[in-house]
Amino acid sequence: MKSLLNFLLRIHFLLLFILFEVFSIALLLNNNHFHKTRFVNFSRQFSGNFYEKIDDLKKYVSLTEENQRLTEENTRLLNILESTYKSDEIFFRSVNDTTLNQTYKYTSARIVNNSVNKKHNFLTLNKGNLQGLRPEMAVVSNGSIVGVVKGVSKNYSTVISLLNLDLKISAKVKKNGYFGSLSWDGKGYYSATLNEIPLHANIQAGDTIITSGYSSIYPEGILIGYIESFKEKSGSFFEIKIKLSTDFKNLSNVNVIGNLKQNEIVDIESQANKND
Amino acid sequence: MIKLIPRYLINFIILVLVQVFVLNNIQLGGFVNPYLYVLFILILPFEIPSWLLLFVAFFLGMSIDLFSSTIGMHTSATVFMAFLRPYVLKLISPRDGYESETLPQLKYYGGAWFIRYSAILIFAHHLFLFYIEVFRLSSFFTTFVRVVLSSLFTIFLVLISQYFFRRDRRK
Repeated sequence: MKSLLNFLLRIHFLLLFILFEVFSIALLLNNNHFHKTRFVNFSRQFSGNFYEKIDDLKKYVSLTEENQRLTEENTRLLNILESTYKSDEIFFRSVNDTTLNQTYKYTSARIVNNSVNKKHNFLTLNKGNLQGLRPEMAVVSNGSIVGVVKGVSKNYSTVISLLNLDLKISAKVKKNGYFGSLSWDGKGYYSATLNEIPLHANIQAGDTIITSGYSSIYPEGILIGYIESFKEKSGSFFEIKIKLSTDFKNLSNVNVIGNLKQNEIVDIESQANKND
Repeated sequence: MIKLIPRYLINFIILVLVQVFVLNNIQLGGFVNPYLYVLFILILPFEIPSWLLLFVAFFLGMSIDLFSSTIGMHTSATVFMAFLRPYVLKLISPRDGYESETLPQLKYYGGAWFIRYSAILIFAHHLFLFYIEVFRLSSFFTTFVRVVLSSLFTIFLVLISQYFFRRDRRK
C-alpha cells in the first residue's frame, strides 16, 4: 500500500497532465457538436459584452463606407418600389393577403465579432432569443450569403460562417438550374468549392451561383458568388471553384432570415422519410 | 517566490488582453497567427511546483478559449506545453545547472539558450494547437506550413518582449 502511494506520488505530474488534457479534450469534443453547450453560451454572453464595446469603437472607422453602402441599397429598393407601382395599374385585381403567404421574415442585426483566419469560423451577432432569433436561421448581407445561426442566448447569437469546413450549402447555377453542394475549401476568405455538378451541364467562368432553396434554411436565389475556374473530377462531375461575393473581412450589418414555414417543411419531410 | 505573484498576475492580464484584442485580429495571408500568450508559461520561475504549472496553464488556456469561443482548444495545447516544460529545461540546462534567484529569461541565460528553449516549446504548442484545430490529417502539409510560419512569428514576438522586460528592470 505504501509503495503504491509512493509510486503515485512519483508520477503525480504525469497523472495530473493526463487529467487536465482529457478534461480539455472532452470539452473540445463536446463543443464540436452542432448544438451549443451551456458553457459556450456562458462564454458568449460574457465575451459578447466585451466585443460589443470594442465593436462600438471599430464602427466609427468604417462609418463612411457603411453609409455609402446603405445609400446604394436604398436607391435600389426605391427603384424596385417604383416599378411595382407602375405595374399596379390594372383595375380589377384579387386582394392578396400578404401576411398569409409570407414565408420569410427578415431581422437586421449587427456583427460584434467575426473571424476569417481559422478553419472553423464563427460570427457573433448582437441579437438573440429575445429578439426572435432561433437556430437554423439564414444570415445574409446585402443579398449575399454569410452563414447560418448556430446557437442563441438571450441577447447574442453565434453564426456558423460560410468559411467553416463543417458547413455545406445546396447551391445551383443560376442560368440552367443544375444544383450541387457548396463548401469552403479552407484556402482564404474569398473562395469556395462547388461539387456534384454533372459534366453535361453547360457552365462558363463568370456564371452566377445562387442558393437552390432546396433546404428549409435559405430562400431560393440568394447570391453566393461567381465561377472562377472548373475542372473534371472523378469522371462524372465538375469541381468548380467559386469566387465568393461576400467580403467576409468587411462585414458589419446583416439580415437574419427566418423561414416561417420551416416547421411545416421539416414535418412533411420527416413523414415522407418515415413512410419509406 | 511570493513577491513575484503580483507581477505574474499583471503579466497574465496583459498577455490575455493583448492576445484577444490585438493578436487574434492579426493574420498574414490567412496563414500566420501569432499566439504570444504562451510567453506567460515560458517565463514562470524554475522552482514552480509542477501541479501549479499545469493548473496555471489550464487556467491560461481557458481564459483565451473563453474569448475565442473555441472551448478546449487552447486549453489542451497550453497544458501540453506546460507538461513538456520541465523536460525541456532539463534537456538544455547549462553545465552547472540553474542558479537560484534567476528566471528563465533572456537576460539571465543569454540569447542562444533562450531561443532554443522558447523555440522548442512554442513549436510544440503550435503543432498541437493547429492540428487539433483542423482535427483531420487530410490537409497535413498546409497545416504544417501554418505551424512553422506561426511559430516563427510567435518566437519573434517573444524575443521582442524580452527586450521590453530588460529595459524595465534597469530603471
